[in-house]
Amino acid sequence: MEHLSTVFQEVYKILFLLVPVLVSVAMIVWLDRRVWAFVQKRQGPNVVGPFGLLQSLADALKYIFKEIIIPSSSNKVIFILAPIVTMTLALIAWAVIPFSATQVLADINVGILYLFAVSSLGVYGIIMGGWASNSKYPFLGAIRSAAQMVSYEVSIGVIIINVLLCVGSLNLNDIVIAQQNMWFVIPLFPMFVIFFISALAETNRPPFDLPEAEAELVAGYQTEYSGMMYAMFWLGEYANILLMCAMGAILFLGGWMSPIDVYPFTLVPSAIWLILKILLLFILFALVKAIVPRYRYDQLMRLGWKVFLPLSLIWVVLTASYLFYFNLLPVN
Amino acid sequence: MKISRFFKTIFMTDFIGGLFIAINELFKSKKTINYPFEKGKISPRFRGEHALRRYPNGEERCIACKLCEAVCPAQAITIESAEREDGSRKTTRYDIDMMKCIYCGLCEESCPVDAIVQGPNFEFSTETREELYYTKEKLLDNGDRWENVLEANIKADNIHR
Repeated sequence: MEHLSTVFQEVYKILFLLVPVLVSVAMIVWLDRRVWAFVQKRQGPNVVGPFGLLQSLADALKYIFKEIIIPSSSNKVIFILAPIVTMTLALIAWAVIPFSATQVLADINVGILYLFAVSSLGVYGIIMGGWASNSKYPFLGAIRSAAQMVSYEVSIGVIIINVLLCVGSLNLNDIVIAQQNMWFVIPLFPMFVIFFISALAETNRPPFDLPEAEAELVAGYQTEYSGMMYAMFWLGEYANILLMCAMGAILFLGGWMSPIDVYPFTLVPSAIWLILKILLLFILFALVKAIVPRYRYDQLMRLGWKVFLPLSLIWVVLTASYLFYFNLLPVN
Repeated sequence: MKISRFFKTIFMTDFIGGLFIAINELFKSKKTINYPFEKGKISPRFRGEHALRRYPNGEERCIACKLCEAVCPAQAITIESAEREDGSRKTTRYDIDMMKCIYCGLCEESCPVDAIVQGPNFEFSTETREELYYTKEKLLDNGDRWENVLEANIKADNIHR
């Protein structure tokens, strides 16, 4: 009986996290389309619900009732598994995101490593989908996204090392608390910029949306997918974007801490601060989508390997030497 | 690479400039209209859904001269005529295949009595093809429904003819 109650408690906690995440994914899709439309002086979705807020729910409803077509030449098991993998991986990463000092599902001491590992696994869903479709465009899209995500993960990893040097812990709560005096975005500003751009590439957002480049690859790895399976890819993609925003907020923008540690600001629940920071980053994501043209593939690779990787490596050396020379290395 | 170009790339000046332009545009008024709830202005010459008009006393204008049938480049119009008891020539059948129609407006131009006109209505989509084979009844009905607008439009456009 005691075990059962523990299980229920955990399930309750998980649902308490997952349901808001899924709802906010739906809302964020609306926000994305709306910002995009506004920059282009269009109205954007504004009919379903107040301000069109329920547009994503209407879309989801449509996807649910659509027929799922499984190509006869596809590898059916992997074909069905791919969107499930994408969405699951995008969602399980949220387990370690701290919404306040105590509100975290799994306060593990290698939180950032877990986050990095899970977000790196995300590429498997795309590769599986592209390969199992057994068709040209999905395959090319999957190959592209595999190369792209692997390249940019390297620089994200090095950037994370930068932050970890200043913190001295892999725990996400420790990372947030280490920014009490100064957010890492100030001393590590170039790294924040590189992280942001790498996050764009990591989540296949414009200008790095080559895996699904409409002009060349129809819809990339999603070409053969339809109905709910397509919607799951789409949910996973946006959950990943949100996750990247959360990661940026925690690593550089002080996570759940209020920007100024004075009376009226400290009253606001810390979860709200984290959500606001995620939203801020997401609006930047949406704005970037509206203003930039797509990269060419060789430019993308050059940027990843020849610019970002050396720059972030140099910055690691600089940070380490600075901390060592001035004896600021964190001791735990 | 020139030095200035190098700094431009490093500090992403073009990108940041673009970002500010985007933020600026974000708050400007929208150029699109909220279509089903608000509609754009259309010219009196607009060539929309067809209508057959009547004289104010209720008599059909069409005299079955078949000029529109002859001029129609898409051959969308089919007319059959017969003599009525009072000796006037009237149509017994006036069909327009709205899916063949290319909305060129030649039928309206060729009509000597302003009977066939293209009205301002452009929202007549249907769920089946059959509903788009317009018959004489449908066209006359359209004429009755839109008569006020049609008359005003013909009057407004008359000075240019």
